[in-house]
Order: sequence, then C-alpha cells, then structure tokens
Amino acid sequence: MPDRTLEIDDVSKRYGDVVALDSVSFDVRPGELFGFVGSNGAGKTTAMRIALGVVSMDSGEVRFDGQAVTHETRTRIGYMPEERGLYPKMKVLDQLVYLAQLHGMTANEAHRSAETWIGRLELTERRTDEVQKLSLGNQQRVQLAAALVHDPAVLVLDEPFSGLDPIAVDVMSDVLREKAAAGVPVIFSSHQLDLVERLCDRIGIIRSGRIVACGTVADLTAGAATRLTVTAPEAPPGWAAGIPGVRVLSESGGDTVVELAAEAGDQAVLTAALATGPVHEFSRHRPSLTQLFRSAVGEGATQ
Amino acid sequence: MNGPGNPTRSVRPATAVRLVAQRELNTRLRTRGFLIGTAVILVVMVGYLLLQASLISNADRTTVGLTGQAAAVAEPVRENAKQLGVDVEVVRVGDQQDGRSQVESGDLDVLVSGNAANLRALVKSDLDQQVHALLNEISRQEVLNAKLVEVGADPAEVMGEVAAAQVQVNSLEPADPEEGQRVVIAMVMMFLLYMSIATYGSLVAQGIVEEKASRVVEILLSTVRPWHLLLGKVIGLGLVGLTQLFVLGAAGLAMASATGVLTVSGVATKTLLWGLLWYLLGFFLYATVFAGAGSLVSRQEDMQTVLAPITIVLIVGFVTGIAVLQMPDSTTTTVLSLLPPLSPILMPSRIATGAAGLPEIAAALVLTLATIAALTWLGGRVYHTAVLRTGTRIRLKDALRG
Ligand SMILES: Nc1ncnc2c1ncn2[C@@H]1O[C@H](COP(=O)(O)OP(=O)(O)OP(=O)(O)O)[C@@H](O)[C@H]1O
Ligand SMILES: [Mg+2]
Repeated sequence: MPDRTLEIDDVSKRYGDVVALDSVSFDVRPGELFGFVGSNGAGKTTAMRIALGVVSMDSGEVRFDGQAVTHETRTRIGYMPEERGLYPKMKVLDQLVYLAQLHGMTANEAHRSAETWIGRLELTERRTDEVQKLSLGNQQRVQLAAALVHDPAVLVLDEPFSGLDPIAVDVMSDVLREKAAAGVPVIFSSHQLDLVERLCDRIGIIRSGRIVACGTVADLTAGAATRLTVTAPEAPPGWAAGIPGVRVLSESGGDTVVELAAEAGDQAVLTAALATGPVHEFSRHRPSLTQLFRSAVGEGATQ
Repeated sequence: MNGPGNPTRSVRPATAVRLVAQRELNTRLRTRGFLIGTAVILVVMVGYLLLQASLISNADRTTVGLTGQAAAVAEPVRENAKQLGVDVEVVRVGDQQDGRSQVESGDLDVLVSGNAANLRALVKSDLDQQVHALLNEISRQEVLNAKLVEVGADPAEVMGEVAAAQVQVNSLEPADPEEGQRVVIAMVMMFLLYMSIATYGSLVAQGIVEEKASRVVEILLSTVRPWHLLLGKVIGLGLVGLTQLFVLGAAGLAMASATGVLTVSGVATKTLLWGLLWYLLGFFLYATVFAGAGSLVSRQEDMQTVLAPITIVLIVGFVTGIAVLQMPDSTTTTVLSLLPPLSPILMPSRIATGAAGLPEIAAALVLTLATIAALTWLGGRVYHTAVLRTGTRIRLKDALRG
C-alpha cells in the first residue's frame, strides 16, 4: 500500500443479533476522495465510528500509513460525526480553538487556524456567537471547521452534505477537493449520489454490512449494462423486443429506451430502428451511479 | 501550521487534562451566575454569623430594672452578679407602671421593687434561677447585716470572713468560654461543605449529560481518552468550587473578625484550612460517583433520578451534622464521622468544636482516601462504558459489566 493510506481491513461488528459490519475491507488512498454509499442502516456510520475508535470492533484492523490506528494517530484524523455535536453555549471561535488544541496544536497555531477556517467558511460575522444561536446550516459549517481546524492527515466525514444549501455544497466540495489535492485521504458518506458521482475518485457501496462494490465510477459501470435511447417516430410498438441481447425498458411516443446485455452490439439496434423509418436520435449512455446503486442494492435484496 | 500528516504532533495526557480543566474554569468562573451565587451565599452566611453571635452574647444576659427603694441594691446586685459569673445588666426605672410595661415588652427581664430586706420581683413568666438566688442572697444579707448590728458585731468583718469561705472547685474538663463561637463556626463550615460538594458534584454530572445530549462527546473522544476527559472535568470543577469556598471562607472570616462577632480567629482560620482540605477530599469522593451516574443518561430531564441517591447521602450527612454539633463527643457521632461518605461533612465540624482527636482525624483521612480510590475506579469505569451510549437510560449493572 502506498504511504498514508487509510485501510479498513476485514472489520466486523455485531450489535446483539444485528450484524452491522461483516468482514468489511476497503482503503482510502492519499489524495483521493472516497464516497461511501449505502441504504439506511447499511453500516456506514458504524464503519466510520470504528475508524475513529468511538465504537469498538469485534475483529479486523484499521490501519493508517501501514500502522494500526492508535490513539495518537486518531488525533490527526478530522472527523464529522453523523450526529453533529458541539458545545451549544460555547462561542464559535473558542470552540474551534479548544478542539484544535485538544488535537495537539499550540494555542497560537490553534488561533491562527481557527481564524483561517472561520474566514474560509464565511463565518466571520458569527465568530463570537454561541453555536446554539446559529442556523442549522451555519452550525454545519462550524462542524466542518471543527473537523478541519487541526489540519488533519485524514478526513472522515459522515454525511457532510446533508442540510446544506447549494452554495454551501459548493464550498464543502471545494474544501474536500482541496484537501484531497494536498494528499489527504478523504472519505465521506452521502445519500446524494449525483454529488458523489461528480466528486469522488472512488466509491464503495455497502449493503447490510458488506461491501458489494468498490472502485472508480468508470470501473463499476464498465461491466454494467449499457443503455440506448432511440427516437424513431414511426416505429411500431414492440419493434425492438425481438433483437437478441436487448431488453426494452420503456417505450413512449417515438422514444424507446433499451438496455444492452454486455455481449450485444448497438448496431443491430440501429439497423432495426432504421428499418422502421427515420431515426432522429440514437444515443448511448453509461448507467448513472444511481442506477448502479439500485441494481447493486436491489440485486442483493432479492438473492 | 504543521503540514498534513506531521507525525510528531500528539497530545500528552497532562496537556489533555489541563485543556479540559481550563475550559471548565473558563466557562464556570467567568459567568455572572458564579459571581452572583457567591455573593448571595456570602450575604446569607454573614447574616447567620451575626444572628448567632447576637443570640449567643445576649442569651444569658438578664436585664434587671430597679425602681423605688430597690434602687439602693444596684451596687450589691452588680457585685454579686460578677462574683457568681452571671451576666446582669442593671437599669433604673422611673416608676412601677413604666417598669411593668417594659417587662411586658421584654425590654426588662425582671423588675425589682420594695426595700432591700423585702425585695419584690416582677417577671413575665418565670425568673432566671441564678438571678433569683442572687436577689435572695441580697435580701438575706440585708437581714443578716441588721441582725449582726443587733448582736453588736461588725457586719463588714463577719461578711468578709463569710465571703472568704468558698468551695474550691477543680474541674476535670474546664468549660470552654469559646464553645458558643466554635459551634457557630462548625455550623457554617458544615453548611459550606455540604453546599459545595453537592453543587459542584451535580455540576460534574450536568456537564457530562450536556456533552452527551449535545453529542459533542463523540468528537471529544475521537481525540481525548475518556479518563482524561473525566479527570479534566473533575479537576476543573473542583478548582472552581475550591475558589468559591476559599473566597467565602476568607471573606466571612474577615467580616466576622472585623465586626467583632468572632474573637477566636485562630480557631476559625484553622477550621477554614481543615475545611478546604476536607472539601477537596469530599469533592473527589463524590465527583466520580456523580460523573458515573450522569453518564448513564442522555437528557437533562433524566438526570435528577440518577443523582437522587447520591444527593440523599449528602443530605443525610448534613442533617446528621446538625445533630452532631449538639454532642460532638458521643460515640455515635465519632463512629458516624469516621464513615467515609459522611466524614467530609462531619469531621471538619467536629474538629472545629475541638471534639476530634488527632488519631480520629488520621483514621478518617485514611478511610476517606481509600474510598476515593475505590469510587474513582468504579465511577470511571461506569463513565467509560456509558458515555458513548446515547438514547435510553443505561442500567448501572450493564455499565459496570462494560
Ligand atoms: N448503538 C447501536 N446499538 C444497536 N444497533 C446499532 C447501533 N448502532 C447501529 N446499529 C445497527 O447497526 C446497523 C448499521 O447502522 P449504521 O448507523 O452504521 O447505518 P448507516 O449506514 O450509517 O445508516 P444511515 O444511512 O441511516 O445513516 C443498523 O442495523 C443499526 O440498527
Ligand atoms: Mg449513518
């Protein structure tokens, strides 16, 4: 493994009868944005908490930079828990300075860094307000600042985008990209799959405590079925049904969407379409992450 | 700023504990609530001191009003009172009527009229026995003088000899003229200790519940060990309490001495110093128990239920303490004050009254320290397992099992 990789290795965790994690393994490489997706209750939060040591694992290991993660390493992780938490009655600036110091910064460094992030996240006007007086979105910004203020070597963020307005989403995305560009492994969970697809270098999909897919979006979609949209106004209903390796997904007006099995060629579809009359549109597209997610999560459910 | 992944950066345990304690000090000490609270307690305390002092100094004083011929006995009354050690104030009253109303209103304890050989005393309900004896003595002396003159003796000579004949009293335990003040000091100290331990103990629990309720504890524990967080909190709040106790004690002492309420500043200072030590012991004894209990719940509303058993022990200590002050020497008292949960409240007041010997104090210290060690371990363990479990209240049994 390259240096400064966060590795989750064969981690399992049970809560009584519930298997929250079942031999989960994946890694987050330095400079990479890793998206962690899965349905509610799939085990994302549990995995992140285990990485931070706030939940104990039954078996397995979490490593950073080739070494098992210890208490000392954890002080260098930036963490945004799913259930946001700050001292409600503490002022924004004081809070960030305190957290930075608890993560090992000197008072001066802590102040400088807190001011930097307050400026960066557009909280300057609220810096001496109590956290409880801020709007939810602004509290979320403070929470992000709290994860970043000690200049972490790893970022673990549990649903960082939930509750943010589009501007804040952009700010958050920029910050995460920038951190990754600086060589920090960044993992975050999210239910906003379009965002994950746009932002992430690699993606892990977890279902019922098992990793069912892991890789770049291109990798994951490469093997998946391709879709074609054909606009042929004069084509009779059912025109594409007989073509081998083709499954019709929808047919309305002149628009037909079909799914191609891996071995089937798209030219056979085009030939058949032209045989019915004029073809105004013929486009080929890879499935989106959302479709991928549905099939990955859905398939398993029926197995 | 360090570059990301700078491997040299880590937080030493002492630093973590110091940071946590400092935050507690900053957030508690600087609040208006702390200042106002301290001021209010100070006012109440000084008021109590003044009240007690005036009660004690006036309780035994009898005001004797003399009217008519009885005015002649003013000097003998004063002299005899001095000899007997009775605190008597003698005043002249214009007439019987005036005196009567003064007795009714309580300004006078007794109105004396009639001539020396045949004194009449008017009181509201009953006459102080010593004053009664004193007045009898004066009448008898008067009669005796007359008889002596009759038989041709010199009354002054005879009376001088009579007066010289006195029982020689040797007391095994000389009465302590400062006892009243000692009891007052002990009472104030006991109240302050009870209040400080209960208040700052609950604040420990409240702080922990706040961290659980706001979920900030998850971020904290991703970088601070539970033990360090607990220790920092306990030390920080303990210091806030110590500061308050010191301010109250020193201010109370200064005011009481300045106004002349206390003449035994040596005893009071010693009591304050013992009090500060016992506060620390008591606070540390209870703090981790409060912490463990607090960590069992996740909402402020549930807190009172889990804290009730601890608070009850403290109240029992305080109530027992009031009884203890009546008989600081009794065996029951001695045994109770040696029980570690009660020692921090009872021992200082027994020391103040002068009832506790050095061996007893030493034994109480050793027992208390041992209990602190045991309870800190237990409370820390409960805290450790319970602090990250949010949601429903955790049963103590589950928390202890880990
Ligand atoms: N403290 C707990 N006690 C018992 N079961 C738990 C606990 N925490 C999580 N679980 C269970 O573990 C499983 C995984 O939960 P987890 O919170 O990791 O899911 P998630 O992927 O983060 O879901 P979501 O998208 O809803 O946040 C769920 O079945 C959940 O019920
Ligand atoms: Mg979750």
